[in-house]
Amino acid sequence: MEAATMSRDKKARSEQSAQAATRKTASSLFGTDRSSDVPDSTVGVITHDDPVFTCRSVDVFYANKQAIFGVDLDIGRHEVISMIGPSGCGKSTFLRCLNRMNDTIAIARVTGRIELDGQDILDSRIDVVPLRARVGMVFQKPNPFPKSIYENVAYGPRIHGLARDRVELDEIVHTSLERAGLLKEVKDRMDQPGTGLSGGQQQRLCIARAIAVSPEVILMDEPCSALDPIATARIEDLIDELKENYTICIVTHSMQQAARVSQRTAYFHLGYLVEVDETDKIFTNPSHKLTEDYITGRFG
Amino acid sequence: MTASTLLLFVALLSAAGFLLGRKRAFGIADAHGGVKSLHSLPGHYGLYTAIWVAVPALLLLIVWQSLEPAILSELVSRELPAEIQELPPERVGLIMNDVKNLVAGNFVSSAVSPEISEAAEHWLSLETTFRWIRTLLVAGLTGLGFLFAWRLIRPELRARNRIERVVRVALVACSTIAIFTTVGIVLSVLFESIRFFQYVPVTEFLFGLEWSPQTAIREDQVGGSGAFGAVPLFAGTLLIAGIAMLVAAPIGLMTAIYLSEYAPRAVRSVAKPLLEILAGIPTVVYGFFAALVVAPEIRGFGESLGLSVASESALAAGLVMGVMIIPFVSSLSDDVINAVPQAMRDGAYALGATKSETTRQVIFPAALPGIVGGLLLAVSRAIGETMIVVMAAGLSANLTANPLEAVTTVTVQIVTLLVGDQEFDSPKTLAAFALGLVLFVATLILNVIALTVVRKYREQYE
Repeated sequence: MEAATMSRDKKARSEQSAQAATRKTASSLFGTDRSSDVPDSTVGVITHDDPVFTCRSVDVFYANKQAIFGVDLDIGRHEVISMIGPSGCGKSTFLRCLNRMNDTIAIARVTGRIELDGQDILDSRIDVVPLRARVGMVFQKPNPFPKSIYENVAYGPRIHGLARDRVELDEIVHTSLERAGLLKEVKDRMDQPGTGLSGGQQQRLCIARAIAVSPEVILMDEPCSALDPIATARIEDLIDELKENYTICIVTHSMQQAARVSQRTAYFHLGYLVEVDETDKIFTNPSHKLTEDYITGRFG
Repeated sequence: MTASTLLLFVALLSAAGFLLGRKRAFGIADAHGGVKSLHSLPGHYGLYTAIWVAVPALLLLIVWQSLEPAILSELVSRELPAEIQELPPERVGLIMNDVKNLVAGNFVSSAVSPEISEAAEHWLSLETTFRWIRTLLVAGLTGLGFLFAWRLIRPELRARNRIERVVRVALVACSTIAIFTTVGIVLSVLFESIRFFQYVPVTEFLFGLEWSPQTAIREDQVGGSGAFGAVPLFAGTLLIAGIAMLVAAPIGLMTAIYLSEYAPRAVRSVAKPLLEILAGIPTVVYGFFAALVVAPEIRGFGESLGLSVASESALAAGLVMGVMIIPFVSSLSDDVINAVPQAMRDGAYALGATKSETTRQVIFPAALPGIVGGLLLAVSRAIGETMIVVMAAGLSANLTANPLEAVTTVTVQIVTLLVGDQEFDSPKTLAAFALGLVLFVATLILNVIALTVVRKYREQYE
């Protein structure tokens, strides 16, 4: 059954990301029932005083397979929250619910309630265009457009009509590059293709591209997993600076990274949100055994 | 033994060589402590033996076959009676031709003289001897090759590397065949064209405004003096190709975009094969469709508007040709668009771009080099297309930009010039080669531009 679904998916390019997502979750997740280890409700503190996102009983299905089971989580304003967990635990899938990127996967279905400043974004009447302008995203692999560095950053402001003239656009592009810590390196070659930059620079270009539309939230899906340690350190510094103005949700496989950059950490396991708490607490004194096993490296 | 039996014989021996060589390798391996003690796999040693059996013998056979007729002819002509040998070389050549025809059992031009039949017998006896020598040599070479390889099989023989070298040479040889064919065709067209340009100046051909290739072949024939200005043909070709591209480029591109970005999987799985069927329709069918359906329709429609439309119009041919190239454009573009990584789409969607914005501003520019390449290939196809134009566009070489008039194209004129009786020293026939050369150069330039565009603007996504 699983194999059949997969091979059928392979035929359609439009389902590529679905495939990737299914593959990620398929091995560990599909067909499993609620494991006895998983707590009945999330351990720790799921709420936040000043939430941007309020997620309640979020379920995600790929075709008939459930990938996320009743996740309840608040994401606070101007906090960095990291999502950790073994491969296929649904953390990326959950992240992609927050700007409805799962819409691009034909077989994905999201139920439950995700409120962005009190408005349910899962409502089918919600237009994803302004939503995604408010909730930007940075991907695992740097994916600059095959355009110039300038055009890469200017693309978002252009489609949302954020700049009235060239001067304003220049201003936005420069500020965004500056904030992404890339301006110094590229200011003399803004008209060269963004694909010609190094991997770390490309990723910072993608961050600049995301912040150019002045989002409130930036979702980062393993933003450093394709980068070397130096580029990773730069991105982490950048996250630290960005949290002054933005809410950042970061999915990461590196627990050190989660510990370094985030204030809160959410631990996912087999599609369940097991524990969420202050990062210090998660890493020094986790409440749930699964969390402890994971952060001490006993499994995952 | 004939050459083909000999070939079969060599192949069989080579197969036997493979088996024996492998067996010997296994034997040696056992003596040295297992297959691991050999440098290569036993099958490699077998193949190595097979190559040594077959390749030298085959090379000899090839050289022999190419030299034999010349040597035989030389030997026989030396034996001809003295009075024939004293004749001028062309006469001797004619006589030798008769001899060869007689040997082959063909019709001989005049009554067979005793000298000729004697020479033919001489030829036959020589040929028999030659065959024997050939068989012996080939058999000997296979044997020698086998012994050589057999003695070489040792654990340290690097059989795999040597086989791979042979394979590489074979690959190079295969690829040169295509190249040499191209060069050969180009050269033959070029030389015939040069002959044509001895009758008609290049400038007149390239810039002349009148095309009327019918010339009198003999003194007593009635015929035009001939005019070989090819500009009307170029204009006609460009006009029809232009109309075709006006149809095919937008429709093909839109189709590709719909199929790759918007179509649900079910639609795509039906529509794509259907489009490819369109590509499989023979052009001659398109041709009579154009001539019998489209052209009269256009004429009727034009007349209802008060326009004068020729019954064979450039518009009809161009429209139908455009339909013909649609699958060409759409299928190439569809592939290119599909090759744009999903990460590009995700990046644009995550910025809040709509599907249409993503397609127009991100996917399309990313795919553009490939699309331009595809379009240029389609143009070459349109320029080279013959059948539709022959049937629907007519033969009259009008110099006009009006798509409602009859025009003719380079390919059509080549066809008409070479159909029927012709002689290869009249400018009428040779003109076909000159036209062919122009056509070739034009498509070559288009292809070079297409490749350069694709290479220059290709983006490295990863």
